[in-house]
Amino acid sequence: MASHGIKDQVAIVGMGCTPFGEHWDKGADDMLVDAAHEAYASAGVTQDDIDAFWLGTMGSGVSGLTLSKPLQLDYKPVSRLENMCATGSEAFRNACYAVASGAYDVVMAIGVEKLKDSGYSGLTGSRPPSDGTDSSLTAPATFSLLAPAYAHKHGLDDETMKEVLTRIAWKNHKNGALNPRAQFRKEVAKETIAGSPLVAGPLGIFDCSGVSDGSAAAVIVRAEDAHRYTDKPLYVKALSFSSGPATGALDPSYDYTTFREVRASAEEAYKQAGINDPRSQIAMAEVHDCFTPTELVLMEDLGFAEEGTAWKEALNGTFDLDGDLPVNPDGGLKSFGHPIGASGLRMLFECWLQLRGEAPPERQIDSDKTLGLTHNLGGQPGACVSFVSVVGSEIG
Amino acid sequence: MRGIIGYGTYVPYYRLDRSKITAAMGAGGGRGHRAVASYDEDTTTMGVEAARNALETSSATPSSIWFATANPAYLDKTNATAIQAALDLPQETWAVDAGGAARSAEAAVRGAMGTTGISMAVVSDLRTGNPTSNDESGGGDAAAALLFGDDEDAPVIAQALGVAASTAEFLDRYRLPGESASRIWEERFGEQAYLTLANDAIERACKEANVGLEDVDKVIIAGLHARAVRGLARIAGDKLVDDLTTQIGNPGTAQLPLLLASALDQAAPGETILCVHLADGAYAAVLQTTPAIADYTPSATVASQIENGSDNLDYNLYLTWRGFLDREPPRRPDPDRPGAPPAFRSEDWKYAFVGSRDRSSGAIHLPPMRVSMDGGAVDDMERVRMADVPATIATFTVDYLAFSLSPPTVAVVIDFDGGGRFQAEMTDVDPDEVKIGDRVQMTFRRLFTAEGIHNYFWKARPLSK
Repeated sequence: MASHGIKDQVAIVGMGCTPFGEHWDKGADDMLVDAAHEAYASAGVTQDDIDAFWLGTMGSGVSGLTLSKPLQLDYKPVSRLENMCATGSEAFRNACYAVASGAYDVVMAIGVEKLKDSGYSGLTGSRPPSDGTDSSLTAPATFSLLAPAYAHKHGLDDETMKEVLTRIAWKNHKNGALNPRAQFRKEVAKETIAGSPLVAGPLGIFDCSGVSDGSAAAVIVRAEDAHRYTDKPLYVKALSFSSGPATGALDPSYDYTTFREVRASAEEAYKQAGINDPRSQIAMAEVHDCFTPTELVLMEDLGFAEEGTAWKEALNGTFDLDGDLPVNPDGGLKSFGHPIGASGLRMLFECWLQLRGEAPPERQIDSDKTLGLTHNLGGQPGACVSFVSVVGSEIG
Repeated sequence: MRGIIGYGTYVPYYRLDRSKITAAMGAGGGRGHRAVASYDEDTTTMGVEAARNALETSSATPSSIWFATANPAYLDKTNATAIQAALDLPQETWAVDAGGAARSAEAAVRGAMGTTGISMAVVSDLRTGNPTSNDESGGGDAAAALLFGDDEDAPVIAQALGVAASTAEFLDRYRLPGESASRIWEERFGEQAYLTLANDAIERACKEANVGLEDVDKVIIAGLHARAVRGLARIAGDKLVDDLTTQIGNPGTAQLPLLLASALDQAAPGETILCVHLADGAYAAVLQTTPAIADYTPSATVASQIENGSDNLDYNLYLTWRGFLDREPPRRPDPDRPGAPPAFRSEDWKYAFVGSRDRSSGAIHLPPMRVSMDGGAVDDMERVRMADVPATIATFTVDYLAFSLSPPTVAVVIDFDGGGRFQAEMTDVDPDEVKIGDRVQMTFRRLFTAEGIHNYFWKARPLSK
């Protein structure tokens, strides 16, 4: 028994992504129509060409009807998936497997979230009835647990830690300013970031990803069919997923400076893709920067920086647009926004643009490398799900 | 011989400086402090803490809990059941409430004393009054527990030589159900009624005890009628036990057992103590300490708890906690009410803070798990109660966004001495003071109330010095 991966068996041949933001004038239905039709056009197909659909949404609807009704699908199969903030990636992963299995020729993975209709700050969601002992912490608070733990372990004082977190937010805002589809399209001064009102622990408002509405979609076919649709397909090199035992809050050996699920999913993805030195082999990465300390820790968990050094690398600009390994060149969750079900596919959309050389020139990465990585996380430190994909512009 | 075999008290962490009332309102207030239950405490949780303190120094397992309060967390539903559950007492424990009036303290104490087996009276009160009222500034929040048994259960440290009571129907103080403040008749009327009733009860109690007032070493006078208490204090002279109202206020129902505990904290063998309670009549008990009291050490004296309190509580926060000021809620959904069946299924965890320990690996699971996180053994766990185990903070945060009656929420990840980790809310702490490595202990609290359901669970608080 083993995991085999589906390297180079399937390819993305078209993508769509709505602008993310506060779309007071659009519902989930509208955004699904926009993203799906943009992806059809991108792949040069019609809706009738799609054999099956995978819809990712955390809370903007239940069942396949959430998609089949607005798109007026012709009695096609639709799977509706949810895997917390990794929902969009989960839709993509399962759609890829369906094509690789031979069950379908052409499929669509599509994700959507309509967050701004709730009237609340941050994320909300309903839970099954409980005994009332579950943690009531908000998402920023659970991720902020990383900051003092990381600083304590690696000997950073509070000021340096704040500087590192601020640098990460500043970088992602700077990238997002170059992205017409991003929720926040302005550079933000470091002083503004560092001085923003506190939300949880050392995290201010600018350390948190944008709460937004949006949708993104991909058309997926067998690799051998890809050139029928495009000259520049994106081949799927690796898909991995790790759902942890959620013991971080139970196990004293967990120190809140790492995501074990991310390490497991990264190791699996690198094995599938044949990567042994991600830092030098990958052209760019889109990672789950839900909060600034998350991106910091991810740089080590994904093998982009040695343990205990990501903070220095972040300060040095390693992960800047013009750095050694650009991370979140589209602005990331931080400034592109985070409509839950759409985010995983939005990350792939940036790989689609960058690796095909179609990003706007001001943020197009100049690299001879052909691989991109997306990393999508759901849950909280110590209890999460993690997805890693590697995609590439060339076979082999 | 039957008598008191142990006791415990609980004075909450916060104090309100009465001058802050005067400063804010231009009226009310006065000198000294009152004890204030935190936003996450009620009479049930304070009762649990007092009972834990009583049992901490004893190996006794009470077979009955007699809980009394004038401010019950629930009506219709028994509150003593949550105390029984939080103490991890067995199902055969008989846990009952005596509620509504300050006088119900006498029912709990006399009931526990008069029954058979090891029994515990738990008396708790949370006193409220209209802003600027005497009840507001003069009240206090506290709880006390008295453990009764026979010599074969544990050494009796004090026994009752004589007990008597008198009763009269008259309007002294009264409150309709649901009201946040009591109404009080002109004080001079009550004073006359009480002095007559008290002298009658004291005379009969002394007669039964076969002691004269001159033989008494200490006199405790408890009661919410301040003028009558002062009037009666003349009989005590310098034998009067400090009623602590300057430091913590008058904790109503809990005052009688709290002052008795305070006296016992300092008592020598062979002391005779007259306890008088003025509440819709009078109750008098003549107690005598035994030689065993010399060897009895309470887990925390009343004086030490008063000493360790914080007087850094602002009046506006006090008003908010007691529901006299409504602040703008966060733009977040209200918390979900706990479900009755899930809470019932997890009673050991939710109320008694009992986790599971893997018999093969020793790994402790909080909450309890059926499958071990260390080795994967299935259904090979034993129960392990962690409520009394100290712990150390591994990491922490301050959540400014989460729903709380008193934001911000402090959250800590704590590692227990001897194994086991839990992510807890922290209480009774200044958010700016929390550090990795700080020592904490668990405390039973009310997380929130949703749709009429009090959500009780455990939090961390700084370890008592």
